[in-house]
Amino acid sequence: MARPNTLRVIARNEGPSARRRLIDIRGLAKTYRTRDGEVPSLKPMDLDITEGEFICVVGPSGCGKSTLLKLVAGLIPASAGEILIDGKAVTEPPDDVGIVFQSPVLLAWRTVLRNVMLPVEVRRLDRASHLERARQLLKTAGLNGFENKYPWQLSGGMQQRAAICRALVHDPKIVLMDEPFGALDAMTREKMNLELQRIQYETGKTIMLITHSIPEAIFLADRVVVMTDRPGSVAAIYDVPLPRPRALDMMASPVFAELAKTIRGHFYAQGHLD
Amino acid sequence: MASPRHRNPVLAVIDAPWARPVGLLVILIAIWDLSVRIFQIPAYLIPTPWDVMLAFRNDGAMLAREAVPTTIATLAGFALSAAIGIPLAMLIAGSRTIEAYLYPLLVFSQSIPKVAIAPLFVVWFGFGIVPKVISAFLLGVFPVVVAGVQGFKSVEADMRDLARSMKASRLQTFAMVSLPHAMPAIFAGLKVSVTLAVVGAVVGEFVGSNSGLGFVLQRSIGNFELPTMFAALIVLALIGVVLFWVIDLVERLIVPWHASQRHDAFVTV
Ligand SMILES: Nc1ncnc2c1ncn2[C@@H]1O[C@H](COP(=O)(O)OP(=O)(O)OP(=O)(O)O)[C@@H](O)[C@H]1O
Ligand SMILES: [Mg+2]
Repeated sequence: MARPNTLRVIARNEGPSARRRLIDIRGLAKTYRTRDGEVPSLKPMDLDITEGEFICVVGPSGCGKSTLLKLVAGLIPASAGEILIDGKAVTEPPDDVGIVFQSPVLLAWRTVLRNVMLPVEVRRLDRASHLERARQLLKTAGLNGFENKYPWQLSGGMQQRAAICRALVHDPKIVLMDEPFGALDAMTREKMNLELQRIQYETGKTIMLITHSIPEAIFLADRVVVMTDRPGSVAAIYDVPLPRPRALDMMASPVFAELAKTIRGHFYAQGHLD
Repeated sequence: MASPRHRNPVLAVIDAPWARPVGLLVILIAIWDLSVRIFQIPAYLIPTPWDVMLAFRNDGAMLAREAVPTTIATLAGFALSAAIGIPLAMLIAGSRTIEAYLYPLLVFSQSIPKVAIAPLFVVWFGFGIVPKVISAFLLGVFPVVVAGVQGFKSVEADMRDLARSMKASRLQTFAMVSLPHAMPAIFAGLKVSVTLAVVGAVVGEFVGSNSGLGFVLQRSIGNFELPTMFAALIVLALIGVVLFWVIDLVERLIVPWHASQRHDAFVTV
């Protein structure tokens, strides 16, 4: 694949100040109120995400990663603190956001194309122009020829790709992904990482991706956010000094290995093998 | 599923889907006939298949005539079950308050034997079609509600979040997600409901009617006309089977995407 070899190195001190802040998380905390009492899930945390940045969040199971994502998506209210997107406080699901869940959640009674078009129908956007984009996205995702199939006729990886197309169909500035590749086999997962990396590189979307896999996080992210044990909070943030576009063999580079070791250290120190 | 093609027409018939239940039925009838003969069961206890066949020949016209009001009452009761049961399921699944108040009462009312209260409807509404329809409805509505509630409630949390993230209105969420999602469960409920509606209609006819297969059953037992009674039972079973089959057909048209319906319909696409 011939592509301009633009190298974008994010150095530690280049910092967010150089670019525009898109998502501002300020003192954000969440405590679920349940019948058996209160479940603290997020300790007050701060995080800035700049426009066009790829953020990966790793942390022990149950530390509040999904909670953080749902808060940013405006699906649940915060107990304290606030989230600003483009300077506007998130009180309801913002329009400029696409979400990919851990499972594809495709509607079984809709064909792949109509599933991808669902956000367009629900939001009553212009059908013709978005249909064009939907087809284009499906083609990019290697799903051309499957537009009129039903989800159950697709493999797990293909379904998840369709779900990613659905999240992108209204061309949101921000894409939130909660362990989108968790259910896939290692090989499909690597391929999807490569594709996602390419899409983000070409479109400059701001992506926040939650994962259990440290190599996946490092391979994809500009910055990796490591969370503490429950109730979660930011333990550390690491810049990934790898040039883009990235190739899979970068996983063998010393920089990669060093970073993986450092991040893994967090979980061993906390007594967790994530 | 591709069934192997047989050159031999006899084998092809044996392999046909309808042949299996028919084959089993033939065997059961043979066992019935043999047991009556071997154990010398008197005809006033169990008639032979041959006697029942004769009853069909003699009383066939009467049975066909009496099947009409029973079928009408069944269909009316079933239609009411669907028309009231599905919205009720929506309400119960949609509101915790309604569920808390209504659902326990519904379950409670279901435990009241309908045969015991059916005479009451006759007292209230007279010897017409109304008591039969009510009794068919009372038996038929419960499975629709239970299946519907389960269907509406089984929408995954991620699916709800997806709808919310797209800012779908309540109506959109219902029409695009909840209702289609609940359809297979609703149809399962409808299938149970229709067979119970037949029973309900017969119960209604038992206690207060001078027409219908229930009335025929009642009368033939009283007169020890066991072959006629058996014939009436068979007609009743046939009504149930045909109605069940019709709903199954409708289901195939409406929810062809569901796992239970994935036959050859899409494989050729
Ligand atoms: N709806 C809820 N009601 C009550 N408690 C909840 C709810 N959702 C999550 N929690 C609690 O909040 C904590 C964090 O949950 P969350 O789903 O955010 O974890 P996670 O980091 O995404 O975990 P995993 O990696 O296993 O997906 C958990 O301990 C969980 O018990
Ligand atoms: Mg999670």
